[in-house]
Amino acid sequence: MADQLILEWLLALLQTLLFAAGAPLFAGWVKRLKCGLQNRRGPSLLQPYRDLWKLMRKQVVLAEEASPLFRAAPYVVFAATALAASTIPLIAVHLPTGAIADVIVLVGFLGLARFFMALAAMDVGTAFGGMGASREMTVSSLAEPAMLMAIFTLTMTAHSTNLSHAMDQLIADGLVLRPSFMFALMGLLLVALAECGRIPVDNPATHLELTMIHEAMLLEYSGRHLALMEWAAQLKLAIYAVLIANIFIPWGVATRLTPDYLAMGLLAIVAKLALLGMALALAETVLAKMRLFRVPAFLNLAFLLALLGMLSHVILEVGA
Amino acid sequence: MSFADLALPEQAVLILAALVLFTSFALLAQTRIVSSINVFAWQGALVAAATALVAFVYAQHHLYFSALMTFALKALLIPTMLHRLVVRLKITREIETVVNPALVLLGAAGLVVFSYYVALPVERLSTLATRNTIAVSMAVVLLGMLMMVARHQAVTQVVGFMSMENGLFFAAVVSTHGMPLVVELGIAFDVLVASVLFGVFFFQIRESFESLDVDRLNRLAEREESGGDEAS
Repeated sequence: MADQLILEWLLALLQTLLFAAGAPLFAGWVKRLKCGLQNRRGPSLLQPYRDLWKLMRKQVVLAEEASPLFRAAPYVVFAATALAASTIPLIAVHLPTGAIADVIVLVGFLGLARFFMALAAMDVGTAFGGMGASREMTVSSLAEPAMLMAIFTLTMTAHSTNLSHAMDQLIADGLVLRPSFMFALMGLLLVALAECGRIPVDNPATHLELTMIHEAMLLEYSGRHLALMEWAAQLKLAIYAVLIANIFIPWGVATRLTPDYLAMGLLAIVAKLALLGMALALAETVLAKMRLFRVPAFLNLAFLLALLGMLSHVILEVGA
Repeated sequence: MSFADLALPEQAVLILAALVLFTSFALLAQTRIVSSINVFAWQGALVAAATALVAFVYAQHHLYFSALMTFALKALLIPTMLHRLVVRLKITREIETVVNPALVLLGAAGLVVFSYYVALPVERLSTLATRNTIAVSMAVVLLGMLMMVARHQAVTQVVGFMSMENGLFFAAVVSTHGMPLVVELGIAFDVLVASVLFGVFFFQIRESFESLDVDRLNRLAEREESGGDEAS
């Protein structure tokens, strides 16, 4: 019994480490595909790791006015994001980290990371930091209700806010074409684009001062602080990708903790993320970045889709 | 019986129903006239697809004919006619301003909830697996009506009217597996004639008022003219 418990915690730890280690790879994959689609020669898949390693070794340059909060923020942000990642079943359900935290905790962790990021951005007192923080908060205050609504649609179907239980239930149900999931998927995709600062909302590859949101908050960071912030951003993208992949295509996630099931789970998530990365790269190539003032309309659409998901669950699926 | 116990084609009917509802919301949110005609065409195509699927699942062969007629009329003929009208009226690039679009969409969500409560007792009487879509088709009717209220361009009001008809037809298909063929033919013909008449009316309205904004119809013509003189 005790052995089993230790094994489970070990697996949970390994899963979180895998999550954190794999996140830069996913970002590199998306970047490479995007370059390929735009007739450019993309960087190697390992380039994000090299960038992080380079930043880790560089000297940290701090502004004179920087408070301890500014120095603590990268660690808080990264830790909160990593904890959020640990609550999501990546290759196996029923791990202890999944059992002690549910979806609302996940959203809370992401909110905590964002809160500290915005505080740190305002801390040094540069114009761009404050601008980036206020924009980020505008976007996220509109995106979060949509995300929660989409997730509540899922939890109403599975009768549990715990992701592990919900996924287990969905795997057991087999292939069911739920109208509510279709809408929740569309809503969650839009939210993910907005929250991760991807193209129609924010461009992660530019430092053009008028348009940047996420990059504006990181302008004052350097060295290992910047590395942690960048890594946290990549981890956040991976969190949303895994969340979408494993909720809406739950098959393959290991329901038992045996080696063959776990290997299958690993293969499944790699395949799913590869496909999702292709979709993201394609979307980023086809879409143009929208004006900042159009973003509320975009997120309104996300909220409407999530609301429709909830309504169609109540109308079409309950008592069918 | 839970949703997961339904057969996959039955679930697909419900998916199509949800998509029809989504197109109604898209119609409400769409401010470009040409795009809203396109969305209306999609709605017609989805209703036709749902009808064909219902025909397939419940082996109601006469519904294939209805599906074909709906597709030809609502997805091809009427949208094409509206497109040509818009081109002839030279309003292809016009964007309509909706007062407070977010409020309209929230009101639309409220209407969906309302139609759910109204349809609940009706659904209890039915044993069909598609009975839950009665609320959806009613919501489509109400959303079409909301579109006619919220918009003041004559063309988009006609689109709203036609989408109301889509909702009624859909309600007939999912609640009773379609109306008698004579009735359906009659309604289809009515809608066709209506769209032709609307076209004539557009030109009449524009000739008299030099705009398709129906808010101007509230004022009497003589006062409008004297008001115009004073302003100029």
